[in-house]
Parts: sequence; structure tokens; C-alpha cells
Amino acid sequence: MAKNWPLAGRKENLRQRARLLQGIRQFFIGKGYLEVETPHRIPTPAPESHIDAVPSETWFLHTSPELCMKRMMAAGYGKIFQICRCWREKERGSRHLPEFTLLEWYRAGADYQSLMDECEDLIGFAAQAVDAWPTMNFRGCEIDLSSPWERISVNEAFQQYTRISMTEALKKDLFDEAMVQEIEPKLGIRKPTFLYDYPAERGALARLKKAEPGLAERFEFYMGGLELANGFSELVDSEEQRKRFQVENQNRQSLGKSIYAMPDKFLAELDDMPVSAGIALGVDRLVMVFLDAETIDEVVAFTPEEL
Amino acid sequence: MYTASDLRKGLKVIIDGEPYIVTAFEFSKPGKGQALYRTKLRNMITGLSIDRTYREGETFEPASLEERAMQFLYKEGDHYHFMDNETYEQIIISEGSLGDAKNFLIENFNVEVLMFGDRAIGVDLPNFVNLRVIKTEPWVRGDTSKADFKPATLETGYVLRVPPFIEEGELITIDTRSGEFSKRVKE
Repeated sequence: MAKNWPLAGRKENLRQRARLLQGIRQFFIGKGYLEVETPHRIPTPAPESHIDAVPSETWFLHTSPELCMKRMMAAGYGKIFQICRCWREKERGSRHLPEFTLLEWYRAGADYQSLMDECEDLIGFAAQAVDAWPTMNFRGCEIDLSSPWERISVNEAFQQYTRISMTEALKKDLFDEAMVQEIEPKLGIRKPTFLYDYPAERGALARLKKAEPGLAERFEFYMGGLELANGFSELVDSEEQRKRFQVENQNRQSLGKSIYAMPDKFLAELDDMPVSAGIALGVDRLVMVFLDAETIDEVVAFTPEEL
Repeated sequence: MYTASDLRKGLKVIIDGEPYIVTAFEFSKPGKGQALYRTKLRNMITGLSIDRTYREGETFEPASLEERAMQFLYKEGDHYHFMDNETYEQIIISEGSLGDAKNFLIENFNVEVLMFGDRAIGVDLPNFVNLRVIKTEPWVRGDTSKADFKPATLETGYVLRVPPFIEEGELITIDTRSGEFSKRVKE
């Protein structure tokens, strides 16, 4: 038996992880997406209230490939995907690693609704790659992966699962607590669930709904109570985006966090970006779900503590 | 002073003037939202548990309790008897107040008993203890199937997961903070 028996014991999990990654690549290549790579180390991350980047000399390790991938969209790359490592400071728990793997993809001409459809196709395809189609077990739930999945707006979720409305939760600054304690554990139990139409202030890079400008065209999807992905119709108005970043930076300042420089090159090119939608999916968590793993530690070769 | 990001299982803090110990901990972060630290805390005096969610930056006063070196003598029903190593005074701690520590106590074991005023409200164990495996299935050599863990029963009655090569009668080291197998002891 190897000295490092926990690592030796993860062999089957890591094999399944590799199969899943291959399935994901096959899905996107088959649909005409271009696989791209953008730098991990960037001069400034997108200013967002609650996402902290790990500094690397005077630059930062990216927290997602969002800015660079959108610059590619603006330069005319219409369908792109990337699977890469990302870093977020001080995020560690049974569902978080400070260094994790993200799948991010963008499609010109799409909106958040059509991206939800594509998510259903992707997960179905990936499930077949690991022999988990059409139903799978995660944390005692039998999840039916066949289309259509459950779709519920954030407003409805508050009505259904909490005693306060979304508006009230925002006013009383209880939105995140209600989400984590009351809503998230109920999502994606029988079928994967899309939670959509977030309050505008929770979508710093998302387009607002024309009919209801208080809401952003943003969604997340859940399986067995676990958040797996975050997608939205992209905001492609540079002036509006700059204002939103300024607000995010003000929030950061009031939370006692460092302020990030404006990503000027991204902003200068954003107006060239076509109407698009994009999404980031946590690959480690997807592996967790398919393997019915208790913690994220079981699906990676090394956790930071094991290095 | 602790902040929310210091929270972890076993940390002792003061809430509303009373000592609490963190018995479960989960880091959460709803998409684009703030970091939340969900905890289950046991009141070390009453034994009652509460659920609390904290935000980044919230602060806690550490519960600094007086510690007295004692030896575990024996267990009688729910009562665990200890003896003060200096005064030979004997005290009783209930099973509920011991929490997970009960899984690692064998006779004559030395521990630090935590005092809140005159009351003994719990014990502090070393981070690592050695205990003997009294029951576990044998390992079939060459079996490389998925089973990377198997259950084992310790001399205290505690059951935990161990790697397949551990055999009955072996001494193993357990991390008392997580309750998990740490390593095999070479005898």
C-alpha cells in the first residue's frame, strides 16, 4: 500500500473526473465551440463586492477567465469555451477550494434562457460519459436529469421557501442568509433546478430585464442543494459596466476590502461585444455530484493542506 | 479576539457571557454573495446546541477556561469519573458535556478538565491520541477495488474509517479534532 493512501484511494474518482472532462470537451467541440486559453495571471480582476483575488506580485491570479474571454467575444470569436484553474482568496470548506477548476463558455446571439437549455444538454451529455444517465444519486436524492428541468425565479423561491419576500430580504440585508439557510438546500432535489432573475445588484456584469429593470437576466443551477453554475445575458454597454464596477468598488471599500483598478482595456472593447450569454460552471462540484462525494477534497488529487 | 474566518470545529468562544464550543462548521458563499460561516455551537454549561450563521469580519471573545490536569478513572452509565492529579479530588462529568471527547477516553488517560468557576464543563484532549483497534475486517491483499476505507472499532467503542491495511489489534493515531484516522503506530 502506498504511503500516501488517501491519494492512492482516489484513483477511481480521478478516473471518473477525467472521463467527465473528456465528455465536456467532446460536447463543446461537437457543437462548434472553440476551446481557448487565456492568461491565469492578470493585471486587475473585475471589481466585485465579495470576490477576492489572490495577489501575484503587483498583478493577480484570475478569479475567473471572464474579462479575457469577453475581450475575445468582442474581437469576433462567437462560440468559445475554456476549462481552467481559478483562484479565490480565503474560500475553503467542504464545497470550496481556494484553487479550483472552472468551465466557462460564451455564445453570441444567446440569452440566459437559451443558455439554460444548453446546460440541460451539456449535463445530459456529461452524465452519459460517466454512465449516470438518466438518473443519479447524490446525498440520498435520486435526481432525474432528463429535460425539462425545474425553473424557478428568485422571487418565487422566496415565496415558496421562506417567510419573507425577496424585496424584504434585500431591505433587511438578509438575502444571503435566506439563500444559504432556507432556499439552496431545497433546490435540485428531484431534478436539477435553475434559479433565475436575480436582483439587479446581484449581477454586476449581467444585462437587466427590459420589462423589469430591478432584475438581472442571471441564473444559477443546483443539484442536490449544491450550486453548480452561474450564467447570464451579458451586459455589453461599457459606460453602464464602468458605473457598476464603481459601485462594486464602493461596496468593497465600505467592507474594508482593497479596491481594484478599472479593467480599462476590457471596458474599451466591451461595446464591440455582440449580444451574448455566458456561464461559469464549477467542475470540481460537478464531479462531486456525479460521484456522490461528501466533500470537494475527494475529487481532486491534492488539497492545499496536502501540499 | 477571533474573527469569523477563524471558526472551526472545537473552537471555544463566549456568546452572551457563556462559553460555547463549535461542534459543526460549514463555509458557505451564495453566488456573488458574501462569505457566511454556518456553525452549530454547544453551550458548555447547559449542553444545549444552537445554530448560528456569522458573516466575515464578525468577532468573538475566546472562552478562556481554567484547566486542571486530571486522570480519567471510569465510566458509570452517563457519568464519567475523573481525579485531580494534584488534590486527588474526584469529579463527575456527564456524557453530554464531554461531546466527542468520550470517543477517546480510556482508563488512566490524562486530560485537561475545563473549569467554569467551580464547575467542570468538559475536557480538552491532546490533538492526537493512540488507541487500539479491537474489531475490523481483514484486508484481502491485491484487492484494488474502490474500497479505500473500511470501518474499525476502537477499544473505546468508537467506530471510524481506516485504510484497508489496518488490522485487528493494531495501535493507531487518531486526530481528536476531526475524529479521523491519522496514522498507524509502529510498535
